[in-house]
Amino acid sequence: MMEIRTPKTHKAKRVLEKRAPKLVENGKKTLILHGTKTSATLSAVLMELYRLKKGGAIKYSRRNENIRPFESGGETSLEFFSLKTDCSIFAYGSHTKKRPDNLVLGRMYDHHVYDLIEVGIENFKSLLSFSYDKKIAPHEGSKPFICFTGEGFENVPELKQLKEVLTDLFRGEVVDNLNLTGLDRAYICTAISPTKVFLTHCAIKLKKSGTIVPRIELVEVGPSMDLVIRRNRLPNEGLRKEAMKSSKDKPKKKVKNVDQDDVLGKRGRIYIPEQEVGKNPLPDKSKGVKRERREGKLKKNKEEGSASKKLKESE
Amino acid sequence: MDTEMDQIYQIDVGNLLAFNPNHRFPSAPSSREELVKECVTEGTKLVQAIADTLFNFPSTETVDGPLVQLPPPTTKLPREKHLPMPKPPTKWEEFALKKGIQKRKKDKIVYDETTDQFKRRHGYDRVNDDNDIPIIEAKASDEPGEDPFAKRLDDKKKRVGKQEKNRLQNLKTAAKAGALPSHVQLAVTALPISGTKTQPQKIGKDALGDVAGLAATSTASGGKFDKKLPGEKPPKKQGKHHKYLPVVPRYGVVDEEKEQTNKVLGKLLSKHSHEILNVGKAINMYNDKKEKKKSGRSDKLKAKKDITKKKPYANKAN
Repeated sequence: MMEIRTPKTHKAKRVLEKRAPKLVENGKKTLILHGTKTSATLSAVLMELYRLKKGGAIKYSRRNENIRPFESGGETSLEFFSLKTDCSIFAYGSHTKKRPDNLVLGRMYDHHVYDLIEVGIENFKSLLSFSYDKKIAPHEGSKPFICFTGEGFENVPELKQLKEVLTDLFRGEVVDNLNLTGLDRAYICTAISPTKVFLTHCAIKLKKSGTIVPRIELVEVGPSMDLVIRRNRLPNEGLRKEAMKSSKDKPKKKVKNVDQDDVLGKRGRIYIPEQEVGKNPLPDKSKGVKRERREGKLKKNKEEGSASKKLKESE
Repeated sequence: MDTEMDQIYQIDVGNLLAFNPNHRFPSAPSSREELVKECVTEGTKLVQAIADTLFNFPSTETVDGPLVQLPPPTTKLPREKHLPMPKPPTKWEEFALKKGIQKRKKDKIVYDETTDQFKRRHGYDRVNDDNDIPIIEAKASDEPGEDPFAKRLDDKKKRVGKQEKNRLQNLKTAAKAGALPSHVQLAVTALPISGTKTQPQKIGKDALGDVAGLAATSTASGGKFDKKLPGEKPPKKQGKHHKYLPVVPRYGVVDEEKEQTNKVLGKLLSKHSHEILNVGKAINMYNDKKEKKKSGRSDKLKAKKDITKKKPYANKAN
């Protein structure tokens, strides 16, 4: 006996459609949680990561005792949370004697664990300890620059995976159009050694240079930490191939008012509304003001209008 | 392009990503600050490289600032969900394809001949409304005594039910192919029944209360300290269940207590009382009692008898 269940409100319907698998996906959301024990540095790291990713992250504050990402049975809770919150990346922090200040970054495919990488955090400097001019502080949700330096990122497989995971984590939404004034943050990752990566978050200062391209100056603002690679798990080949599949063709946008005719070729339709010349009153924007002022304003507007037109023509 | 050494970075403008694969640290960076400084300078170079390409793009001026069209990202990252599957055609769509039936767009306003008006197709005051038919002419195939209006309603219900069933079937095939529409969920309402098709018995409120009481009294403390659910009523009758007969007999009603005692006496003093009373057992019990008294066992536990009081009447055999 099966029953068809459809959402009763439009909002519920929209939420379901947002979470459905699509050709062009939304930005990945991050789930931040911690295990049985956390240290002061680790809880600071998790909090700051949440702040950096404010619009697209969910932070759980309770401790989760039954999550062990690297064990076969310990992922069920994670997968459940991922399903409920629609998050595809997670950052799980735990502090044990064997692995102090441990952070597991993982990704999900179809709400099942895709790959994991475990890093230890050393030399953590909180964003509160940096002092800088508040005007250049990066805004929430701005698209960041991501920079990787070091041959380790190409040669060492763990660092390669870390590079991919960090790109996915910091990327945010994929956008078509970008506002150049909104570029104010950069993440710098440097491979210090084959097992250590230095990560820092900087604000961007644009300085005047002779050309259109401004001169970039980076000021360290955000948290900085050393990531020491511990364990990792790569995705199986089959799963990786499936996840990397992308539909080549763009979603077919319905083009209206265009049709293909065999004889005449591509034809378009133009709709012109009926122009009742003389019937439409011209806008009078000088209302609400005494007569002399009104008349004065009308005169001024006329002059200004003609002046701005001249500017446009000259451009 | 890659023949130049050390200065070519891998840039992905779509992601604002830059990678310098040729940097390596001279062994043992001197201090932490030196290290940080070097990392930031390297980073600056990379960001400058991206910005070079970015600011050279054709930009459109908007209110907020110059808007630039970003190219699609070049680094491939794994998807978060699978690609959506194409929907399998429904039964009707297959049939229509086979027969070559085209979809025809229906108008919202239809001409109604009975009232010579344009009426809407669905909704209030619609064309061909079922409720508006005043007279249904009887046909030869109709049975007498059958209500044709009720029959019409019944037919409609059947058609709607059939349509719902077909819809469910279509959704099931779509779900099988992995292409269930995102806003629809198929939920199982009842578990598959094995054996007979009997529905599980519904227990009434009183029966539930009795069972709850039974369960409570079977605990070690007799259900006294059990946590009560909100709304659960206190147990009906606690302790032993005595049935006390009325002391003063009601007018006209048989005196039940008298009846009870008479019954017992009658059985004992009757002709066949020896069959009721096991004489041998009674004698044995009497003798045992006497012997216990003689041996004087467990005198300390037993309360001392007062010899001044008369012995209670013992039921002598016969």
